[in-house]
Amino acid sequence: MLGLEKKDFQLLLVVAGLTLLAPFILNPFPESSGMAQFNAGYPDLMQRFVIFGIFAIGFNILFGLTGYLSFGHAAFLGVGSYGAIWMMKLISLNVIPAIFMGIVVAGIFALAVGFITLRRSGIYFSILTLAFAQMSYALAYSVLTPITGGETGLQIKSTDRPLLSNLEEGEIGRANLFGMDMRASFELNVGDWLFTFNAGYYIAAIAMLASFYLAIRIFRSPFGMMLRAIKSNQTRMSYTGLNPRPHTLAAFVISGMYAGLAGGLLVAMDTQVGPERMFWTASGEVVLMTILGGVGTLIGPVLGAGAIKYMENILSKINKDVLHQWFAFLPDGLEDFVITLIYPFIGKGWHLTLGILFMLVVIYLPGGLVEGGQRLARALRGKKASDEDGPKASTEPAE
Amino acid sequence: MSKSNFTRRGLLKTSAVTGAGLALPTIFTAQSAHAFTNEPTGGTVTLGFNVPQTGPYADEGADELRAYQLAVEHLNGGGDGGMMNTFSSKALQGNGILGKKVEFVTGDTQTKSDAARASAKSMIEKDGAIMITGGSSSGVAVAVQALCQEAGVIFMAGLTHSNDTTGKDRKANGFRHFFNSYMSGAALAPVLAGAYGKDRKAYHLTADYNWGYTTEEAVKASTEAMGWETVAAVKTPLTQTDFSSYIAPVLQSGADTLVLNHYGGNMVNSLTNAVQFGLRDKQVNGKDFQIIVPLYSRLMAKGAGANVKGIFGSTNWHWSLTDEGSKAFVKSFGTKYGFPPSQAAHTTYVQTLLYADAVERAGSFAPCAVAEALEDYEFDGLGNGKTLYRGADHQCFKDVLVVKGKENPSSEFDLLEIVEVTPVEQVMYQPDHPQMGGAEASLGSCNNGA
Amino acid sequence: MEAIILQILNGLDKGSAYALIALGLTLIFGTLGVVNFAHGALFMIGAFCAVTLSRILTLSYTVVDETKTDFLGNPAKVDVPYVYDLFGQATGDAIIDWAVPLSILFAIPVMMVIGFVMERGLIKHFYTRPHADQILVTFGLAIVLQEVIKYFYGANPIPTPAPQAFTGSFDFGAALGFDPNLIIYPYWRIIYFVFAAIIIGAVFAFLQFTTFGMVVRAGMADRETVGLLGINIDRRFTIMFGLAAAVAGLAGVMYTPINSPNYHMGMDFLVLSFVVVVVGGMGSLPGAVLAGFLLGILESFASMREVLAVLPGLNQIIIYLVAIIILLTRPRGLMGRKGVMEE
Repeated sequence: MLGLEKKDFQLLLVVAGLTLLAPFILNPFPESSGMAQFNAGYPDLMQRFVIFGIFAIGFNILFGLTGYLSFGHAAFLGVGSYGAIWMMKLISLNVIPAIFMGIVVAGIFALAVGFITLRRSGIYFSILTLAFAQMSYALAYSVLTPITGGETGLQIKSTDRPLLSNLEEGEIGRANLFGMDMRASFELNVGDWLFTFNAGYYIAAIAMLASFYLAIRIFRSPFGMMLRAIKSNQTRMSYTGLNPRPHTLAAFVISGMYAGLAGGLLVAMDTQVGPERMFWTASGEVVLMTILGGVGTLIGPVLGAGAIKYMENILSKINKDVLHQWFAFLPDGLEDFVITLIYPFIGKGWHLTLGILFMLVVIYLPGGLVEGGQRLARALRGKKASDEDGPKASTEPAE
Repeated sequence: MSKSNFTRRGLLKTSAVTGAGLALPTIFTAQSAHAFTNEPTGGTVTLGFNVPQTGPYADEGADELRAYQLAVEHLNGGGDGGMMNTFSSKALQGNGILGKKVEFVTGDTQTKSDAARASAKSMIEKDGAIMITGGSSSGVAVAVQALCQEAGVIFMAGLTHSNDTTGKDRKANGFRHFFNSYMSGAALAPVLAGAYGKDRKAYHLTADYNWGYTTEEAVKASTEAMGWETVAAVKTPLTQTDFSSYIAPVLQSGADTLVLNHYGGNMVNSLTNAVQFGLRDKQVNGKDFQIIVPLYSRLMAKGAGANVKGIFGSTNWHWSLTDEGSKAFVKSFGTKYGFPPSQAAHTTYVQTLLYADAVERAGSFAPCAVAEALEDYEFDGLGNGKTLYRGADHQCFKDVLVVKGKENPSSEFDLLEIVEVTPVEQVMYQPDHPQMGGAEASLGSCNNGA
Repeated sequence: MEAIILQILNGLDKGSAYALIALGLTLIFGTLGVVNFAHGALFMIGAFCAVTLSRILTLSYTVVDETKTDFLGNPAKVDVPYVYDLFGQATGDAIIDWAVPLSILFAIPVMMVIGFVMERGLIKHFYTRPHADQILVTFGLAIVLQEVIKYFYGANPIPTPAPQAFTGSFDFGAALGFDPNLIIYPYWRIIYFVFAAIIIGAVFAFLQFTTFGMVVRAGMADRETVGLLGINIDRRFTIMFGLAAAVAGLAGVMYTPINSPNYHMGMDFLVLSFVVVVVGGMGSLPGAVLAGFLLGILESFASMREVLAVLPGLNQIIIYLVAIIILLTRPRGLMGRKGVMEE
């Protein structure tokens, strides 16, 4: 199907299913219950899941296949975002040209950076990419303020009059797809549940599925084989008369374009860019997403991206009052005790939980969440001796 | 089927019980009857408190959060009422806002505009927040303010000092109580001229981003108007931690005054370094060398320790003020938490009260109605004396405090002493002032969302 | 001329901090082959050893002073440190004043123990794992360590001044025959530089002139063969890890009077110290030290306003720019060995 093997096609179908039904899957708890705090099915977070999923998929094409660990990938995301928002400010509020612009700008930037950095390998390559990203960040924050908006970033303002738009005087332009507002939502209310179907999310989701499909094709193509060969033994590859450089550069640029797509989509969903998007911690984050999910696997990076964004957005919002609501049923002394135990790990302590999670995953699940899922699936199959290849369904709670 | 640009769940939370009671899944689409985003229809109203909880400003964020919780308590009729008793407007009854009990959600801005917007969006989309407030940097304030404008909710800025927030980036749905770079410069210059003379050579070190630029511009303009000369202005990277290489050449330049346009960690480090270099023991041009920090914050002054002694700066509010409003606030905050509030806590508390009061007076939560109630509103009793919320740029105009690091602090909170309360007339400016974005800056029109 | 001398001083001072951190990082990488992202956190913990000791020294009981009032108008509570009771006020104040230098004695054992525990408890299991795993687990550890510190000490910087005797600055200009006040440098920063030089010298001497050091160096070159010779190289490596942690910790302790420590100071230094190590060449101790000083001096020169007038923003990017130029002209940094971390 679609030029894919059966197993890959099944995986694609599962991912497509999960993505399209995400508004249901991510909102499992009734609104009035205390557990509603854990619901992630609101447009902004769903958009972030898929956008950072794209970013991580792209990163994995470079890192997972060639083994080149770029530590400056956020620069491409940031550059793509700047490209996209300028497109919207100047030419058109339609998201398609903006996203396209994001991809192109990031691609060109990746070509230039890759051309230089790929002269070195290993950690020397990592530090070179890091250096480029940090320079982009520092300059965007300071001397490039006229272009990047500096600290306060760029937003669409009431004074922006894109060429191909007919805004009223004083109206602030909004990102749209041929007139459909990115923030338009359709809400479905079933009993105590509220499901939100957001236009922007579905556009991002389609982009993610397309990226995922493309990634599968790359993984299974002769080009992908070539990239793996670079990872396993570059010297041997050059002895056979193949020059690894063009292939690595191609992978680097593709991966940069994925980042540009993610950056363009971020702008399309939420029309603002700030330079922190390019800071080294942002580059580190995509590395963590990929490793956390499972390097070199197809679905891993998406899961990793989901896990980290979930923690960032859900855990950080739990405060002491919420805890008191949850544990109100306990006797007073016990309630306070339980809350004292949990409190350091939630709200302002969400970083701590993230750190512990990284350590646990690396120590016990070297293959990331995907390995965790496989182990779980194997254990289940061992016990019940049933179920066919049931891919990754078991890793789903992690999202 | 209906389209709504931002979803709201406040209603659902309260009407959920009825929904759940229906035996069959009654599928109905969300209401298009909303007049505005997140209109509260149940017995409660949700406010979104978006403060830095991780990163370098986490302590400042924690203090803001304390003030918010105090404000919510007072609005709901708990505690001793704090500044509600001294507030010139008596619209607030202590029965919530418009009779609805005030609830709140919290989020982490991480002092990054992306994270701050994500957090604010989740408050609006998921929790049905009707107003967003908080923040500890201008980057975040400008980003979240723009978001609130798009979403159609009110944004009550927290600690943000850059001119841009109510200058070139002002928005109809955004309001700032905190003072700004221009006011700092205008308030400081006369005091400095009085203390150090009109014949000074100043050397500026400026944080290399928007807030730094506006502060340098403001201080430069107002001190030069007093007769000072600016010898040099050097930009320092935000990520700089050791400022020695910027401070060492100051004496060689012939300057006799160092102005540190730094905030937060930058300010703590640059001031510590400057004092380390013994600059304050030196004599240049026959005058004692002096250091100035345009924007002071008590929490940051604490980080610099004894180095702040005798150093001039400005601040929005200080707990040692003796007006009735400040006393009431310090008393209720101090009783609840055991230490005096910071200026960040004060401004966020006041902003919450002002918002609630505006809703009461407008009789509606609709952002445009609230904005109208706040615009050109004059009030008193909230710690800064008579204050005007100017309609043209949504900036508060009030007296500005010029402070000095205290020589003999009596406690770890007693770090600053008030030198002068600069009257509001002196820090007033036209809405189209060139430092505020000029004639081009415009609020746009208010947005109710939906 | 004065300006240049001054910036060289600055560069040496900055460079000594970079070199100390990079040295510890390279010790760990060179001996154990582990990329330790928690190294910045060790530096930070060292700094907090100084904070902790000064907290211990100022441990107080409260006395209600009826003559004063606190901010709420209640009778003020005054803290009286226990050391006052033990040694009298004058000696007590002197001890508190010298908290930072005293912390050196406190930090060495603490950091060694932390190093041992880290190596035995966690790092040991990662010798054979890919570098990516090492980075992730040590990065996770770094986050955990800094969050723990934040939980106990808050996010604000905590002032930890140098002893009174070392405040103020030395007038190099006058000593060298220039006008006074042209080239001044704080005493504490001069001490920091001397201290760093001593530590760096001691580490090199230790590796060069002791049998233990010789074995470790042999182990760095070829671990397997040394093991085959019947030498328990693992234990020596554990000790090296403790040593590296102590070096990072001491760098942190001595740094506290220069800048008030806060919980994320480790992360601020982490990226920079990696750049230093890589520019120096992976696994090369002299390279790390050399690169530390080189980058320190170049960073100082880039911050001169004469330079910035020509190239605005250069101070923002100088370190990275230099890193790129060096890595493109010298494939393995200044003194890196072939084949290390290149795959």
